[in-house]
Amino acid sequence: MGMRTDAEWCSQLSSAAPDSALADLRGLLLRGLSFALASYRVTESDLEDFVQDGLIKILQELSSYRGDARFTTWAQKVCVRLALTELRRRRWRDVSLDDLVANTEMADITPAVLADRSADPSQVAPVQMMVAAVQRIIAEELTERQRTAMMAVMQGGMPLQEVAERMGANRNALYKLIHDSRQRLQKRMLYEGLTPQELLAMFEQA
Amino acid sequence: MQELSSIRDIVQMVAATRADEIGCDECFEQLDRFAETVLAGKNAAEAMPLVQDHLNRCGDCREEFEALLAALRLTTFAPRPDSYPV
Repeated sequence: MGMRTDAEWCSQLSSAAPDSALADLRGLLLRGLSFALASYRVTESDLEDFVQDGLIKILQELSSYRGDARFTTWAQKVCVRLALTELRRRRWRDVSLDDLVANTEMADITPAVLADRSADPSQVAPVQMMVAAVQRIIAEELTERQRTAMMAVMQGGMPLQEVAERMGANRNALYKLIHDSRQRLQKRMLYEGLTPQELLAMFEQA
Repeated sequence: MQELSSIRDIVQMVAATRADEIGCDECFEQLDRFAETVLAGKNAAEAMPLVQDHLNRCGDCREEFEALLAALRLTTFAPRPDSYPV
């Protein structure tokens, strides 16, 4: 496999005779991907499909390569993203958001200690009161969409990409939705005098 | 108690929240440069802290970073030290 400079890769791949560069890049990507996905359940055929799709994407996006990293690194990045996106889709194909959210213990956000009106507050442990306070803040500060996203990712362990798709958004937008949620909670907790350090210390004692 | 650990996880995440967090797109843009910095033996977390921060929080991006690192380690960067980028 010949050594090419980044500029040579770009010019040869966009030339009228890209075959040699394509073949070399294909070999490089295939080798890289086989190492990258060594612990995943993929077939040789899968790897070749991923590389093929990766090459198409690389050629389509050639003009977006800015030279911040080596061309081959950039190309490998594109290919890895494509492969993992597909693998996640397969892995989570049959899992619906409703099932996931219903199965998390956050589903019932009414803390038991407050739901029981006969409970004697003096008998309730501080950590339980704190948990109840945080749950109340979550219920009051976040929209249902935000709560669903957070639960699905944090408790359900669903990849952001998969949650995003089910919610009609893209992964970047979903990250920002969750970021916004965390910022709201942070602000509100601060406002109520619930400092994270104190809360986490209470968890240690519980 | 399961409920306790979920709330604790949320509190921890909220505590570590920063206003200047970057999203997945911005992280992806810089991921190749970040990976090369790591493989060059430099302190990537220090050189590109917002990328590191995002990788600490985002499972999807972290998975892609680790896969990219594995691909690069065993292909381009493994054979000869003099082939490291400047």
